[in-house]
Amino acid sequence: MVIVDYKAGNLASVRLAFEALGISARITDRPEVVKEAERVVFPGVGAAGAAMRRLRELGLDEALREVAEEGRPFIGICLGTQIIFDRTEEDGGVAGLGLVRGEVRRFRPRDRTEKVPQIGWNQVNVRRAHPVLAGIENGSEFYFVHSYYPCPASEDDVAGTTDYAGATFASVVARRNIVATQFHPEKSGRIGLRLLENFSRWDGAC
Amino acid sequence: MLTKRIIPCLDIRNRKVTKGVRFQNNVELGDPVEMAARYCAEGCDELVFYDITASAERRPIDLEMVREVARAIHIPFAVGGGIGSIEDMARVLLAGAEKISVNSLAVARPEIISEGARAFGAQCIVLGMDPVRVANTPRFSSGYEVTTRGFRERTGRDALAWAREAADRGVGEIVVNSVDADGTRAGYDVELTRMIAESVPVPVVASGGAGHPRHLVEVFVRGLADAAIVAGMIHTRAYDIPGIKEYLAAAGVPVRRKW
Repeated sequence: MVIVDYKAGNLASVRLAFEALGISARITDRPEVVKEAERVVFPGVGAAGAAMRRLRELGLDEALREVAEEGRPFIGICLGTQIIFDRTEEDGGVAGLGLVRGEVRRFRPRDRTEKVPQIGWNQVNVRRAHPVLAGIENGSEFYFVHSYYPCPASEDDVAGTTDYAGATFASVVARRNIVATQFHPEKSGRIGLRLLENFSRWDGAC
Repeated sequence: MLTKRIIPCLDIRNRKVTKGVRFQNNVELGDPVEMAARYCAEGCDELVFYDITASAERRPIDLEMVREVARAIHIPFAVGGGIGSIEDMARVLLAGAEKISVNSLAVARPEIISEGARAFGAQCIVLGMDPVRVANTPRFSSGYEVTTRGFRERTGRDALAWAREAADRGVGEIVVNSVDADGTRAGYDVELTRMIAESVPVPVVASGGAGHPRHLVEVFVRGLADAAIVAGMIHTRAYDIPGIKEYLAAAGVPVRRKW
């Protein structure tokens, strides 16, 4: 398993979460290592425009497409999740990797109590069973930090939803061998670790 | 629905959690890693560690402690005290903290907020502020002045103007710690919290004065806080986190119940 490092935020907590589960994960920014990986963790926080530029500079965009197309288990987290879509509204509009059809939009708060970014624990309503969600109760809370949210083009790609600032958005996206969470499973306590452990055992089929 | 966060605050002195009105009459309460693990098991939503002797002793923050905490718990935690530069921030984040809390440093060098937000993302940068109630004057139109260095220094800054400036500079969250309420256990400063929460687009964390679960209800419902810091009321075991959450849920405040 590899954790993709494209200088988009701090990977310490992702690495430590897998370490706590006794799973060895290699952090890499090299496309050839990503291409050989059995499974891929694609995290990230920060701005989408700069992140996409770095992925291209490092040649990681092609490596990620290759891994995704070959059916190997792939998990996106937070900004990583947003980047797998066709495009995002962030930074005046940025093209993503296009691994899942759809786009990423910004929260539009209706009043002053709806803060952007959303920071904190919010419920995930499970829309369909998925091996990576095994053992996770419907309505469990996960830790979110984000100003933009994914909108898959197809309802079939939505595995879980969350409500915030008047939007019901896809907080768990699942399409074939790709699963992607808008929240941070690595910072979501025992339930988040369960999700990562499920991912580490998943064969990519669903 | 986004839940309201309960955040235990651990004041660290010489590698031990201490209590007392800050900087005075400190009593050792226990080991920070053990206490963090216990509060995490009891369902706290986040933690904050203030290395209260680091800046006074002009030494860097205890990174080994940060690493141990990060190995022991898998929920977000913030670290404050003893941070003097962007490089210090990077070291604390790489050690596994989710957020850095700046207070005196930001007052002295407000640009550190924008620099930190640019370098690590706004969500990593928390502004801690310690406002004290003052007479309403044109200079302090909010009726609160920002203090630093454990309330010992007045800054001449109006609390509301400072909160707005920090938000404009890209801070991710603001912890509003009332000097008047701190250590009293008589309740948060609800008006102060509400004034700031209504004026900035980022989440506001209420701090100072929690002594009973009803104080949290007040500051969430009337004070519009997004999160609340608790210290003495749980450190003394007068209350525990599951009990506080049950009380909040019964009062209709959304809280995380499964962990």
